[in-house]
Amino acid sequence: MTTPLLEMRDIVKTFPGVRALDGVDLDVRPGEVHCLLGQNGAGKSTLIKILSGAHRTDEGTITWQGTPVSLRSPSAAMKLGIATIYQELDLVDGLSIAENIHLGHERSRLGFSRRAEMLQAARKVLDRLGHGDLDPAREVGELPSALKQIVSMARALSHDARLIIMDEPSAVLAHDEIRGLFEVIGQLTEQGIAVVYISHRLEEIREIGDRVTVLKDGRTVAGGLPAEETPTQQVVSLMTGRDVEYAFPQRPQVGAREHSPELLRAEHLSRPREFDDISFTVRRGEIVGLAGLVGSGRSEILQTLYGARTPATGRILVDGEHLRPGSVRAAVRAGMGLAPEERKSQALVQYESIARNVSLASLGRYSRLGWVDRGREHAAASAATDSLQLQPADTRRPVRVLSGGNQQKAVVARWLLADCRLLLLDEPTRGVDVGARAEIYALVRRLADSGVGVVLVSSEIPEVLGLADRVLVLREGRIVREADARDIDEPQVLDLFMEGSAA
Amino acid sequence: MTEQPPAAETVPEATPDTSTATPRSGRPTDRLRLAGANQRQVLGLVAVLALLVAAGSVTTENFFQISNLVLLLTQASIIGVVSIGMTFVIISGGIDLSVGAIIALASVWATTGATQDFGLAGMLFTAIVVATVCGLVNGGLIAYGGLVSLIVTIAGMAGFRGLATLISGGRSQVVETSAFSAIATTDILGIPLLVYIFATVVAVGWLLLNRTTFGRHVFAIGGNPEAARLAGIDVRRVRATVFALSGLCCGIAAIMLTARTNTGASTHGTFYELDVIAAVILGGTLLTGGRGTLIGSILGVLVFTTVTNIFVLNNLSTPIQQIAKGVIIVVAVLLQRRANKEAAT
Repeated sequence: MTTPLLEMRDIVKTFPGVRALDGVDLDVRPGEVHCLLGQNGAGKSTLIKILSGAHRTDEGTITWQGTPVSLRSPSAAMKLGIATIYQELDLVDGLSIAENIHLGHERSRLGFSRRAEMLQAARKVLDRLGHGDLDPAREVGELPSALKQIVSMARALSHDARLIIMDEPSAVLAHDEIRGLFEVIGQLTEQGIAVVYISHRLEEIREIGDRVTVLKDGRTVAGGLPAEETPTQQVVSLMTGRDVEYAFPQRPQVGAREHSPELLRAEHLSRPREFDDISFTVRRGEIVGLAGLVGSGRSEILQTLYGARTPATGRILVDGEHLRPGSVRAAVRAGMGLAPEERKSQALVQYESIARNVSLASLGRYSRLGWVDRGREHAAASAATDSLQLQPADTRRPVRVLSGGNQQKAVVARWLLADCRLLLLDEPTRGVDVGARAEIYALVRRLADSGVGVVLVSSEIPEVLGLADRVLVLREGRIVREADARDIDEPQVLDLFMEGSAA
Repeated sequence: MTEQPPAAETVPEATPDTSTATPRSGRPTDRLRLAGANQRQVLGLVAVLALLVAAGSVTTENFFQISNLVLLLTQASIIGVVSIGMTFVIISGGIDLSVGAIIALASVWATTGATQDFGLAGMLFTAIVVATVCGLVNGGLIAYGGLVSLIVTIAGMAGFRGLATLISGGRSQVVETSAFSAIATTDILGIPLLVYIFATVVAVGWLLLNRTTFGRHVFAIGGNPEAARLAGIDVRRVRATVFALSGLCCGIAAIMLTARTNTGASTHGTFYELDVIAAVILGGTLLTGGRGTLIGSILGVLVFTTVTNIFVLNNLSTPIQQIAKGVIIVVAVLLQRRANKEAAT
């Protein structure tokens, strides 16, 4: 039994309103591939950030090669030999491979960089990764994602990393590229380097993983399980057996919506590399949930319905009428409203007041010949925010002071004001704390009861199953299952997600 | 959605005072909006201006004479008109470096022999149309061609002035139409017509920016273009319109400048873009877009004009004026950054 490279005990990390980690244990041995499993919100990304020095722990101990350490900053983590490879690779596109590898620790004499030496050193680390053929003088911007990952790993190696954390590295790769990634991981572990590997795909974990740690609701529920022998059923139930129950509003009776008129019909929508042959309908008053992992095409489908992306094939009908594809304005005119995933960057104008943000999409209603009737506008905006119990009630306050849940309410209020009939919600509770979530759920159900059709996208399976009437499960851009939300449960959905890439 | 929440669920401290303190009318909105960073900005500029006026009246006897103040306002008018259009452009998240060149082109085109044959109306029409079309060309390339405004208007800066020189042959074209020259010489109630023109442009611009859907959309596309697009706003049309508006203002300014100098020349408006942008930024409009006021821009113009005026009255050299301008800009922007940081916390 070798001494563990890394030992984490009882790690606790709280953010305002959330206990992100609540007792996490993790042991990593030298030269192993240790897989970290858990649903969205289970605490994986917080744990990674702690390991990479981006966040500091509130409680708990971290032991590195037998010595207690504190990971005070990213450079402290790097100095110990912990390197993190994020999904959005932190490479500088305009620089060469060698320059990226040495970024931050350039070799120089009297301020002049020693190019030849850097190229040679770069070639050496690339060689260690089995990519000695890659020209280190090439610009990183022109490399495919798979090779960019290699450059990131080479950078980690050049820092003498002993532990490399990979956050869903396969998500950005094509099927055959994953093979190459696994070979590189094999090279690393042969040299005694440990890898913490995060992926949603169980079959990958079986293939390259040595041991598995499962996180759920900020806790380690199982540590050091053998990756190959543990049955899928056990892993899934460890991931899902949750104690936190969400409060979901009551659904209408089975079949209550069967006769309500059809509001939206999507027929055979496709966009290359995003989604393929997507067809479904939404009735008035119905909440349809799209469940899928990152990269399953769920957000892209929503944006296509809304006209923010143009479908390559297929058509969209609203009330039986053909909707002009690729036009947000046509979608808004047809009565659609989108509450996007990134509220700050895609929905809210930060400098403006709550009222002005709420009235943004319906200003035409409160104006005559372009002249805004500010009294009516303000009254309507305030009425909408009041009905949603948005806090603060004073709509003259700048929108940037709002909490996540209230920001979401401001976006929903915008579409209420625009008499929206089909509301598209992309991750409506991301960044929203638990108490406000229940309010958002109740609000969405009330809207549906008043006849609004809702398309809900969420990476949280319980949210989709608890709130939606009907669920479409997506995997790699295709609908793999359509079911009444009452006839399908979380393990089934997870199984559908993880049945593996269809190749 | 009609369901009313039970009273018990509302947060206690929010219910009693908001209903009374917040009359649901639009009026207090702007006053309160101003009370934030904007008002502080305006107050700061008023204070700077007051200091300058004090300095002016202490250093020279002539400063407070009516004739000098009228001169000061007249000098501010032309740059002021251009700064109104520029404020729209910068709030929308763009920049227009071609304003000086557009003024030159409009001025030259309006004073060619052929145009002057059509008399006053023909000259006014030509200046306005030429300048607005230049603005539309900028706006079209930026909004529909997807080009960066900095690049497009740098190109415009060179291109429009080049065209002006080509048309005029590099010569000054004297205004022969006396009705046109009268624009600069007419006084109403002792105040030059040029000042009234400036005041009118300010009033129309203010209403457009603060009271119309278009004005709201300008703020929205400057503050968050993606959010504006996803809210169903025709971002490209608003963007193109803003540059056309800047062109229109240049046309008006070209008329004023041509009348005042009694010539059309391809050298008119040289470096106006820098003076105007400096004034707008001094006025508190964010160079990154989304926030700004016309009042601030006007005050910014007045500050610069007053500095120049005082320096001229004191017979101080041009280089010292330029140094003073530079210092004012840097100090003002530093102060703004501090004020913005305070406002953000």
